[in-house]
Amino acid sequence: MATSFSATLPLHGSQENRLLLPPIRLAPPPSSFLGSTRSLTIPSSRRLYHAHASRRSPVVGVQEVVKEKKVTNSLLITKEEGLVLYEDMILGRSFEDMCAQMYYRGKMFGFVHLYNGQEAVSTGFIKLLTQSDSVVSTYRDHVHALSKGVSARAVMSELFGKVTGCCRGQGGSMHMFSKEHNMLGGFAFIGEGIPVATGAAFTSKYKREVLKQDCDDVTVAFFGDGTCNNGQFYECLNMAALYKLPIIFVVENNLWAIGMSHLRSTSDPEIWKKGPAFGMPGVHVDGMDVLKVREVAKEAVTRARRGEGPTLVECETYRFRGHSLADPDELRDAAEKAKYAARDPITALKKYLVENKLANEGELKTIEKKIDELVEEAVEFADASPQPGRSQLLENVFADPKGFGIGPDGRYRCEDPKFTEGTAQV
Amino acid sequence: MAARIHGGAATALSTFNPKKLVAPSRTNLPAAARSSKRCIVAGGGSDASKKSLSVRHSQKLIANAAVATKAETSATTGTGHELLLFEALQEGLEEEMDRDPHVCVMGEDVGHYGGSYKVTKGLADKFGDLRVLDTPICENAFTGMGIGAAMTGLRPVIEGMNMGFLLLAFNQISNNCGMLHYTSGGQFTIPVVIRGPGGVGRQLGAEHSQRLESYFQSIPGIQMVACSTPYNAKGLMKAAIRSENPVILFEHVLLYNLKEKIPDEEYICNLEEAEMVRPGEHITILTYSRMRYHVMQAAKTLVNKGYDPEVIDIRSLKPFDLYTIGNSVKKTHRVLIVEECMRTGGIGASLTAAINENFHDYLDAPVMCLSSQDVPTPYAGTLEEWTVVQPAQIVTAVEQLCQ
Repeated sequence: MATSFSATLPLHGSQENRLLLPPIRLAPPPSSFLGSTRSLTIPSSRRLYHAHASRRSPVVGVQEVVKEKKVTNSLLITKEEGLVLYEDMILGRSFEDMCAQMYYRGKMFGFVHLYNGQEAVSTGFIKLLTQSDSVVSTYRDHVHALSKGVSARAVMSELFGKVTGCCRGQGGSMHMFSKEHNMLGGFAFIGEGIPVATGAAFTSKYKREVLKQDCDDVTVAFFGDGTCNNGQFYECLNMAALYKLPIIFVVENNLWAIGMSHLRSTSDPEIWKKGPAFGMPGVHVDGMDVLKVREVAKEAVTRARRGEGPTLVECETYRFRGHSLADPDELRDAAEKAKYAARDPITALKKYLVENKLANEGELKTIEKKIDELVEEAVEFADASPQPGRSQLLENVFADPKGFGIGPDGRYRCEDPKFTEGTAQV
Repeated sequence: MAARIHGGAATALSTFNPKKLVAPSRTNLPAAARSSKRCIVAGGGSDASKKSLSVRHSQKLIANAAVATKAETSATTGTGHELLLFEALQEGLEEEMDRDPHVCVMGEDVGHYGGSYKVTKGLADKFGDLRVLDTPICENAFTGMGIGAAMTGLRPVIEGMNMGFLLLAFNQISNNCGMLHYTSGGQFTIPVVIRGPGGVGRQLGAEHSQRLESYFQSIPGIQMVACSTPYNAKGLMKAAIRSENPVILFEHVLLYNLKEKIPDEEYICNLEEAEMVRPGEHITILTYSRMRYHVMQAAKTLVNKGYDPEVIDIRSLKPFDLYTIGNSVKKTHRVLIVEECMRTGGIGASLTAAINENFHDYLDAPVMCLSSQDVPTPYAGTLEEWTVVQPAQIVTAVEQLCQ
């Protein structure tokens, strides 16, 4: 079923396919009655401009720009940047492969969702961010955390449920948080993180406009195609565009929500079109190509930093493994998997680097070896780390442990050393 | 309120008729402690008079350490200003917003409209549209937005126009608000205040008359408080905003126009503490929010009939102040819980369990709990009246318990 759909509806990236798509329907002109004292800041001509995002917005035209750049022989990245991107993607891939091994060896349990195949999206976006920018993700968050800067040791320990994990073993695979690196999680329910990302972007705007601080932090929210049928997504698109928040909504459209094909669950499968409906540019990009993603990301991040508001970026990507390690992945067509495996983002970047003489095989091999060692060391560290003790059970339930209340003896429960140690230092 | 308390205690002492009371009173607290201006019962029960002065004093100190004593109210000192409950909430909110620029408000119609119950009136003009944010109608998303803002440094006060609307935000309140501090290993704090009016109003219909305290009480990581007077409304609002924990502040639609004189000077109420409304000897009546007034009305009747009820406004719905409640149970040995929550799985049910678990030996009778009927609140006035607990039922219950 899914394959026959995909044959008739060409979604995937190339320019030739794009022109076969039905023409964009013009958004109805905005009514003159606004019903509020707030004035319309986007002039109507620019609004229509955004509605024709696929044709005229400079953001989508990036793919043409990329093509042109290639033609004129100027490269998109420098050698240093290329190696950084490569290393990050290799780290993501090796780490996830190691997770699978560890899971089947009984070192981690529960739901583990692996990111193999989607590395270009994470690397393409997150490597453009600074430490103070925020990232919000879903349950498929190991690689987002790694790209943002959380150490492989901390993530692996968290997966093993050890005290040295980034969340002290209390979060697990689906809740990777890091205050230091502004990784705002890791959420188990889909769509749950999008409002949190909107809030982080709101803080950025608040700091700038109310607290008068010099703040141009952006927030990037990652989520999947299944989330795009959820109300929270639309509510946040509305608020982000309304308040012009510095946020980028990145849809990692891997066509599958566990066993539900995107095309079977969505009335209009082209998610990027939903951006202009809310007054923000909607972009579709080939998510298997890290350089294309990076170009689009650059534009979106710059837009957000300049205070021009949110962007919706749909990355067409694919996960090589099942939804989670418990998913037998029998529903997806082998031909589809093979097609995307041929577009492996790591192989593509490697080819690009070698062909454009940015790096040689030897250098890339060194990186791979280095990452292998890093991941192995992370496993050793996690293995050697201690399990959480009993006293950790009641710590961190409340930031202010007086929230446990006053006991029958008149003292706060948290003052009783047998009850809890209070908020511990992480 | 404070004047009432002292008057009540004095009345109890004067009208107490040992012949009329059937159940013997086991407590013999010295008169000095009973008419004390402090609203917390200091020290333990019957042995207080026998213990040495220093022990009693140190017991008092222990009590004070955990449970802050209520300051002398303006009713006794004579200064202060009179205002309505919603104005008290506004005053508390405004003072906190003045004090800390990170405090902001978000909700539907909080800005230009001034709040559907006028709690945020004038704040948008003073602080601007971003600090007092008019959100679109998307409870789940703007509650989540508040939580995300709290994680990244702000202190939002999220208003649900009616508590019932927060059912739409349950995902965010349960999963993110309550749990993120824990699942992030303590890295992120969520200092939000979620507030709004709930409770049964005047024929508002089933959906606008919901009491969500029972639904939220199981969520780990949140605190719940219910205000009932202008004094504690302002105090709890300020305490909730200053708290690092996520706090849900339950207000009641029918209490917004209560008038009281509150102090001019700054004060905050302790979030975890219960309020002694009327000390007594015969029975402990635990209540909160609007039912406090039904109980006090019943108390008038009861006092005329010769009973001496001790009325405690528990205020802190999660966690319970087991110290104040326990001291009271140890003194009176009978407990009646009067609440507006539904019978099944309500605050009263949890409180009954907690009292039975902790103070079973001190009870002379089973804990009785009067709650609203387990029905969707009907529109018709008569039916609605029968849904909630009325003072006559409280009087009957007390008489029954004190036999």
